[in-house]
This record gives sequence, structure tokens and C-alpha cells, in this order.
Amino acid sequence: MNMHSTPQRTQAETALIDAFGERLSLLPGDGAVTLKRDDAIEAIKHGLPTRRIESWHYTDLRRLLTSVPAFDPTAAAKALPPIVEGSAILAVLNGVSSAKFSAIEGVSVQRLSEKLTDGSIAPGMDPYGNDDAIGALNTAFVADGYFVDIADGTALEKPIELQNLQAGGQVHVRFPVRVGAGAKAAVVERQAGEGAALGSSVSQLVLGEGAEVTWLIVQEQPETATHLAQFKAHLGKNSKLTLFFMNAGGKLVRQEIVVRTTGEGADFKLRGINLLAGDTHTDVTMVLDHAVPHTTSTEVIRNVVTGKARGVFQGRINVHQYAQKTNAKMACNTLLLSDDGEFSTKPELEIFADDVICGHGATVTEIDHNHLFYLMARGIDEKSARGLLVKAFVAEVIEELDDETIVEALETRLDDWFVAHG
Amino acid sequence: MLEIRNLHARIVDDGTEIIRGLNLTVKAGEVAAIMGPNGSGKSTLSYILAGREDYEVTEGDILYNGQSILEMDPAERATSGIFLAFQYPMEIPGVATMEFLKVAMNEQRKARGEEPLKIPEFLKRVKDAAASLNMDMAMLKRPLNVGFSGGEKKRAEILQMKLLEPKLCVLDETDSGLDIDALKIVSDGVNALRSQERAIVVITHYQRLLEHIVPDSVHVLYKGQVIKSGDKSLALDLEANGYAGVIGEAA
Repeated sequence: MNMHSTPQRTQAETALIDAFGERLSLLPGDGAVTLKRDDAIEAIKHGLPTRRIESWHYTDLRRLLTSVPAFDPTAAAKALPPIVEGSAILAVLNGVSSAKFSAIEGVSVQRLSEKLTDGSIAPGMDPYGNDDAIGALNTAFVADGYFVDIADGTALEKPIELQNLQAGGQVHVRFPVRVGAGAKAAVVERQAGEGAALGSSVSQLVLGEGAEVTWLIVQEQPETATHLAQFKAHLGKNSKLTLFFMNAGGKLVRQEIVVRTTGEGADFKLRGINLLAGDTHTDVTMVLDHAVPHTTSTEVIRNVVTGKARGVFQGRINVHQYAQKTNAKMACNTLLLSDDGEFSTKPELEIFADDVICGHGATVTEIDHNHLFYLMARGIDEKSARGLLVKAFVAEVIEELDDETIVEALETRLDDWFVAHG
Repeated sequence: MLEIRNLHARIVDDGTEIIRGLNLTVKAGEVAAIMGPNGSGKSTLSYILAGREDYEVTEGDILYNGQSILEMDPAERATSGIFLAFQYPMEIPGVATMEFLKVAMNEQRKARGEEPLKIPEFLKRVKDAAASLNMDMAMLKRPLNVGFSGGEKKRAEILQMKLLEPKLCVLDETDSGLDIDALKIVSDGVNALRSQERAIVVITHYQRLLEHIVPDSVHVLYKGQVIKSGDKSLALDLEANGYAGVIGEAA
């Protein structure tokens, strides 16, 4: 028996490979980009990852990805009002960027299709490892997005909102964002739409020395969509990144977070909320490399699970040998509201330095009956009291964000979810 | 207003009987003190009145304005006018105190068919009540009871009681954890609520609180029964001679 034989391709794998053959001539890109695409589809030809691949253990993509919709260039997606009023919107509608975006002072914006056509983006298109299925899928099919460059010293007053709004079919976008030295910005990454789509979205952030960025991923896909996303960041010297995510939709969702501290004094904060309902699967997988000395990170994830939803958080922190004085803390807390829901947490610390502080903790709880009794004893009916407690559990994470307008905007999104799933 | 008839109740989890044939009547306008040694069932009684699910009534009845409340859940009891000031108020992270007060007041108004309070009116009521209890408004911006000292928690309970304007107030060991100054403030807060339409049940271990909140009746609870009732002089007698004498008499 040959253990290395590739099993028969699934329907989804075949559909992806066929789609590549049909799409390739229509995809933007010079020779260098096309070479990257060819390599990427080769990786997919070897098969989508299964539970035997460690980083995909809880999300057997090969089994879970059951259908691959066709590209539908005629479908129309509607732009949405921004989450934070007054934000500058860069919208990708059904996979296509717009040439008509308003200028933002201190920021240069280019359509990604142009960067693909001239090949200037090719060096950043490599998947980061053998198990990088999302990177490979995106590299093979990416057609558009925006390239955003925030000049050194620019302090943006209003957030930039990157919208990736699908209308069914397939959508593969990419947002490379460079934030210059000393610049300050808030970026909202909005992932939504209304079709049975398969989408991949890759954000690549580079923070210059002393840059400070709050990046908010707000994922509200319909319960018919497969959403495969990646957020990658390099943190320069003394830079600060707060990454917030809210998963509040999607049928099959994988959000990868790949962060590397490259300069001393860098600080990374990850704050995330998974609001999981229905018969859905949501996986957040983080790989954080503390690659230089004196860098800090904290990760706080809160999950609410109802219905038959399944959730996963894998948090891996690598502290490199030279990365002394690293200080990293990770917590993942889950509120389980149904018997059929489940959440798997896998924290991993790989520490090669000897003078570091690292810790992690995970809890799974139900609603505290003492708390419920207290609220009800004040005349709040059971449904409202439960709602208050569940909201409180996740709102704590939101309230940590300093900016009041952002906190209010996110709480509105939270309320919307509770109204829909109360 | 409150009539407890031959009440028997046990802990759901292990079946331990705590209340064993308790009878008590409290009229509108009355302040009744319930005293008793540790483990006599005082706190259990307060929880049963509020409707906590950890206890099960096996016999007897609790009538509130002539109606049995046994089938009502805690929220229904609260909106009908029953209020329990907790001995150990729960800390609830993430729920802002002001938000909680607003929701509680408006839920009760809704249950009574009243319009929700307008924000300025709500704020005014909270400010006035907080000022009367010497409470800092900044405290109310924090999550409910989180990081409050023992005394602050008790004040917050009385604040809620003032704002919710219940008909039957049950105060469970409200004096514990209070220094003399705080005891005075809290007692003044309770006394301000005394009225002909309202009954107040004060559960306490010590006579101290009753110097400030002078009761109309005093009841001694022992092994889940009221073994002796009297006027305020009974409390003084207990303070002077302890519970042993009363228990001996009843035995």
C-alpha cells in the first residue's frame, strides 16, 4: 500500500483547479505574478488541508469545504455606510475595487489590480508555509483590493474603512497596508455580503518605527458564506498594534492572524470576539512571533456559542532565542449557551529564550446563575437579564479600546447581533 | 401585606430542610425585625421571598397582598413590588451600574404599563438618590458592584431600593460590613422609605441596626421557625441576654 498516494480529489478541489484554468487569462498580473499564481495552484493540487495537518486539526478544510461557487462578474454588491461615521471608505464590491475613491491627506492609495498588472506586488505574494492554504488560494485567484501607504508622521483623524463586500460567487482580495514611522491610524476591515460566496481576503500590514495602529476586523458574512481570511503584520521598533476582531457571521470561517515583532519595544494587543450561532464553524488561528528582545503582547478572546455552532481558537506564541524580556499573556474565555455548541481552544507557547514572562489561560463557562438571580430580583425578565449578561461578557473586550466612537460603533454591531440571535 | 403560612422549604440540591413551619405576618406600614442565631434560616427566608431557585417550598404558602407568590419568578416578584437588599450583592463585570439601573427601572415601569423614563429624569432621580446616600456618581460609572467596598455595596443596594420604590422591602443583614457613619447613612435611607403603604422586613443579627431603624415588631427565628414575637423591647432583651433564654423557653 502506498501511503503517499494523493487521495482522490474532492469536488471542491476539482472545482478550484478548473476555475483556475478558466480564470487565469482574466486575472491581472505580469509574468512574475503569474509564476506565483502557478506555484500557488500547485499547492492546492496537492490537496486542501485535512485534520492531519496540525494547524488545521480542528478545521478539516478538505471535508468542510463542500461547494465552490462559480465566479459571477455580473453580481452587484452594495456599498455599506461605514461603521464609524466619517470614515474614508475604500470599497471592493464583488471583488472589484473602484477608481473613484476620495483622496485622504497623507495617504496614497492604489488599486491592487494595477499593482498586480505591473507586478510590483509580486514579492509579497508568497504563502508563508506549506500549510498556508488561505495564502495559496488567495495568491492563485486574487484579482483586486487596495494598496494603502500612510506617510511617515501622518495622524489620521478618521478611520479608513476597507470594505470587502461579496455578492455570491467567488471573491479574492488583498489589502497591503504600510504605515510609516510615527504615523497613527485606525483601520476598519469590513467583511460582509449577501451571497453563498467563497471568499479569501488577505491583509498585510507593515508598521514603521513608532507607528500606532488600531485595526478592527468586523466580519458579518451571511450564514451561507465561506470566508477564509488572513491578517499578517510586521511590527517595527516601538510600534503599537491593537488588532480587534469580531466574527459575527459566516458558515465556514477561518481567520488567521500572523504577527511578528521585528523591532524592539513593539507591542501587540489582540482583542477578539466570536459570536457563534446556527450550524456554523469558525476558526481563529494566531501565530505570533516575538522575534526580537523587549517586545510585549496580550491576547484576550471572548466567545459566545449558541445553537450548533462550533468555534476554534488556536493561539501560538513563539518566543525566539534572542527575544529576551518578552512579556506575553493570552486568555480565551467562552460562554457556552447551548448543549449542542462547542468551542475548542489550543494555546501553544514555544519559548526558546530564558528570561521571559509568558502565560495563558482558557475557560468555558455557562451563565452565572447568581448573576442571573440578582438581575431578575430587580425586575429584569429572564430573557433580558441573560441578554445583559452575555453582552457584558463580550462588551468588556470592546470597552478596552480607547476610542469612544469606535467603542460605540462596535457596541451597535454587537446589539444588532443580539437582536438577530437573541 | 405579607403573610407566611406554615412555610416549609428545603435546599433543592441536597434536600436539607431549612424552613420548618414558619409563620409570620407583616402589615403595610410595619417595620418587622427578624433576628436569630447563625444558621436559623434568616438569609434563606430572604432568598425564598425573592424567589431564588436553589430553594424549594414543600409546604405552606407565602401571600403578598393576599396572593400566593410561589409560582412567580424573581422578576415577576420584583415588578410586583418585592425588593431584597442582598447581604452579599453580586459583582457583575461588564454591566455598567447606570445601565443596569436604567434597565431595571424601565423594566419595572414596563411591567406596570408605564412609559420608560426619559434620560434627564432618570439621571435626576439617580443623582438625588445618590446624594442622599452620600454616594459618588463616579462609582456608578463602574461595572455593577465590581471593586465596591462592603459598605459601598450596601449603599448601592439601598440606592436601588430608593429608585425602584418597592412595596415590600426585605433587608438581609444590611448592617454587616458597615462602619458607624455608613450605618447611619444607610439607616436614614431606609427610614426615609417608611410609609403607611410599605412594609419593611429587617433581617439582622445584632440589635445595633435596630437603634437606627426602630422596628414595630421583632421576631426570633430559630431552626426555621419563628419561636417568639414581640415589640422592640424583645430586641433589647436578646442583646442583653443572648438567644439562649428565648430558645430555652421555646424548647
